[in-house]
Amino acid sequence: MIGVNHYLTVAAILFTIGVLGIFLNRRNIILMLMAIELILLAVNINLVAFSAFLGDLTGQVFAMFVLTVAAAEAAIGLAILVIFFRRRGSIAVDDADRMRG
Amino acid sequence: MIAVIAFYLFAAMTIASAVLVIFARNPVHSVLWLIVSFFSASGLMLMTGAEFIALLLVIVYVGAVAVLFLFVVMMLDIDFAQLRSGFTRNLPFGLLIALVLLAEIIVAANARGAGQIIADKPPEAAQPNIVALGEAMYSRFLFPFEIAGLILLVAMIGAIVLTHRSRGDVRGQKVWKQVDRRPEDAVQNKQPAVGQGVKL
Repeated sequence: MIGVNHYLTVAAILFTIGVLGIFLNRRNIILMLMAIELILLAVNINLVAFSAFLGDLTGQVFAMFVLTVAAAEAAIGLAILVIFFRRRGSIAVDDADRMRG
Repeated sequence: MIAVIAFYLFAAMTIASAVLVIFARNPVHSVLWLIVSFFSASGLMLMTGAEFIALLLVIVYVGAVAVLFLFVVMMLDIDFAQLRSGFTRNLPFGLLIALVLLAEIIVAANARGAGQIIADKPPEAAQPNIVALGEAMYSRFLFPFEIAGLILLVAMIGAIVLTHRSRGDVRGQKVWKQVDRRPEDAVQNKQPAVGQGVKL
């Protein structure tokens, strides 16, 4: 029978893949944003699994808020990406050194 | 039995497509694999009885976020081969970090037996998932819900303000000029003589 452990394991693997994606695509900011979406998806799977197996709806409500913030983050991130590309003609993260950070 | 098969199918598809997201050479393929991953994760959530979140995932991610990614990937003229240059160099270190992280998370997730016991079978819901979620969202979580709407508004305005640019060579509508225009400025009565035109 499928228990909460199975869901947690899937979410852990997904989270790790997201972190790995950020590590591997250090220069490509679009893929980094996609990896962040994967991480948030893993978090959502965790929240929903716990919510379902505990019989408490709060987890699902919170998953919806995570979804909202993820959508807002993607929109703002891609908007920044578009204006960055318009200025510099590339999206390499290494080029984002205007502020000497 | 069928639930077990469906779970492993969805889980394998979610993980396999997530791997393909970060390893695909073409970023358009990455976005498409991201969509597959979200679909399968939505299937996983559907199996726990969280129907609303599962459908919301499909609507918001596949319908909005993935399309946004596709737009940006296809709109910008980016040399992606050059962006992959550090890929193999980062691979060993990234894999090491990922394996350590995965081991830690799985140990932590399985160590919850030390705490409160969670039933391995979901309790029967008294009312449909969407009804219960709606009642929770519009009563107990009303203010967080409204703040979520505010966040979306900020994101919308922010995205428009960031990407909007005013170019000099575009003739846009000037509303104040239209509102300011009076009949006496715009219309003149002339009484031209026969055979003569009107000089404007």
